[in-house]
Amino acid sequence: MPEVVTISVNGQPFVVPAGTTVAAAMLRAGGTTRTSVSGEMRAPLCGMGICFECRAVIGGKPHERTCQIVCEPGMDVWST
Amino acid sequence: MERAFDVVVVGAGPAGMAAAVSAAEAGRSVAVVDDNPAAGGQIWRRGETLPGAARAWLGRFERAAITRLPGSRVFDGTVDRVCVDGGGEGFELRYQALVLATGARERFLPFPGWTLPGVFGAGGLDAMARGGLPVAGKRVVVAGTGPLLLAVAAHLARRGAKIVAICEQAPLGSVARFAVRMATEPAKVMQGIEYRWAARRAKMHFGCWPVAAHGAGALDSVTLRQSRRRWRVGCDFLACGFHLVPNVELTALLGCRLENGFVAADAVQQTSVAGVFCAGEPCGIGGVEAALLEGQIAGLAAAGRIDEARALAPRRRKLDGFVRALQEAYALRPELRAMADEGTILCRCEDVRYGTLRGRESWREAKLQTRCGMGSCQGRVCGAAAEFLFGWRVDAVRPPIFPAPVSSLTSCNLAENEREAR
Repeated sequence: MPEVVTISVNGQPFVVPAGTTVAAAMLRAGGTTRTSVSGEMRAPLCGMGICFECRAVIGGKPHERTCQIVCEPGMDVWST
Repeated sequence: MERAFDVVVVGAGPAGMAAAVSAAEAGRSVAVVDDNPAAGGQIWRRGETLPGAARAWLGRFERAAITRLPGSRVFDGTVDRVCVDGGGEGFELRYQALVLATGARERFLPFPGWTLPGVFGAGGLDAMARGGLPVAGKRVVVAGTGPLLLAVAAHLARRGAKIVAICEQAPLGSVARFAVRMATEPAKVMQGIEYRWAARRAKMHFGCWPVAAHGAGALDSVTLRQSRRRWRVGCDFLACGFHLVPNVELTALLGCRLENGFVAADAVQQTSVAGVFCAGEPCGIGGVEAALLEGQIAGLAAAGRIDEARALAPRRRKLDGFVRALQEAYALRPELRAMADEGTILCRCEDVRYGTLRGRESWREAKLQTRCGMGSCQGRVCGAAAEFLFGWRVDAVRPPIFPAPVSSLTSCNLAENEREAR
């Protein structure tokens, strides 16, 4: 396994250590994961896949819980 | 895809791994469905140096002949099969016996500012740090209640975080009584001492809780309260969780009887539904030792080795005192109900505020009238808070119990009459 992984976060290339979750990568890249229905910027709360605050679009697939997914090379991640 | 197994286990934390290993070593075909990318559950999440017992169980789990399905969730089920969404597809797993080892989640309570980026659960920040969020040099306030706070503070301190304060809402007296009762458990006492040592620079406050988190766009400080004293401390992260609530959605969906919010199980961990077993935190918040024993008992019983399962039951019963003491020591103080103000968001999925919910009759009415608990998390966060804040019974469960893509939903479609048969 390579020591770093390059993914794309909101269209920008971003390098993280291998084994980093997508949620942690998004926080490293910008500090938030999604915008709430009333317009608040949000970040993960539970870190274990139950609160859905970390959800984002990965490779075109919506509603992915990024805290439960480890970064893979070339992943295309968009906040919602 | 449809597959059949003697035993299907849901959850690969300590209880689920112990159940799966026990059933597999008894010669049964076993499948384990787990939502996480790797086995170990929350307590043995990778990224932290794991204790010997964890490495031993993970080793046995890897070596045993088990069909492992990480990154997969059960979204529906009935008496002979569960519907799973994982790896981009939906499929059914048929079972002779089912072991539910779905673990627990943190209880979150709302207070002004708790939706700011930078405010995490206590275990939440720990999990994020293990997942690669840098915490070195960050100022962290750890708050809430339960033995998890000290563990989290220790883990974060070992990663270089500056723990500004550890705030335990329980009074010093209750925690001290709990510690004295634990004197018969030297291993647990030693672990507590190790954690306190790792986080020794942090001041520990008892009878203390957060009343507000502040910041423009991201957290910059927290106001703490202890008795009549209020003060504000600067921090980068707040790690705040109020002990644990069991994950009982699937158990409830299958029609298993609950008692005071926990799954009722007999001496061999069988629920009120024949062939459905439950182990670990859903049966009572008891920690890893109880979970491992219950997992082994459930796994053996699910494999038909009833005598061997019964032989382990007395060892599990010895831990009853610990389970009760834990519950008593970290009981939530009523003042925590006053943390939220009218404008505080309670349901983070639908942004429903405390003021909109106060005065409603029931959880059901709140859902119908305000959309509270109707978002993606399906009330997993706000339900436990509403239960404490308003005294509502939060128990309605409907499939799918996890959001799943339409392709998965349609590939596993239980007929309405099959559900009624439960």
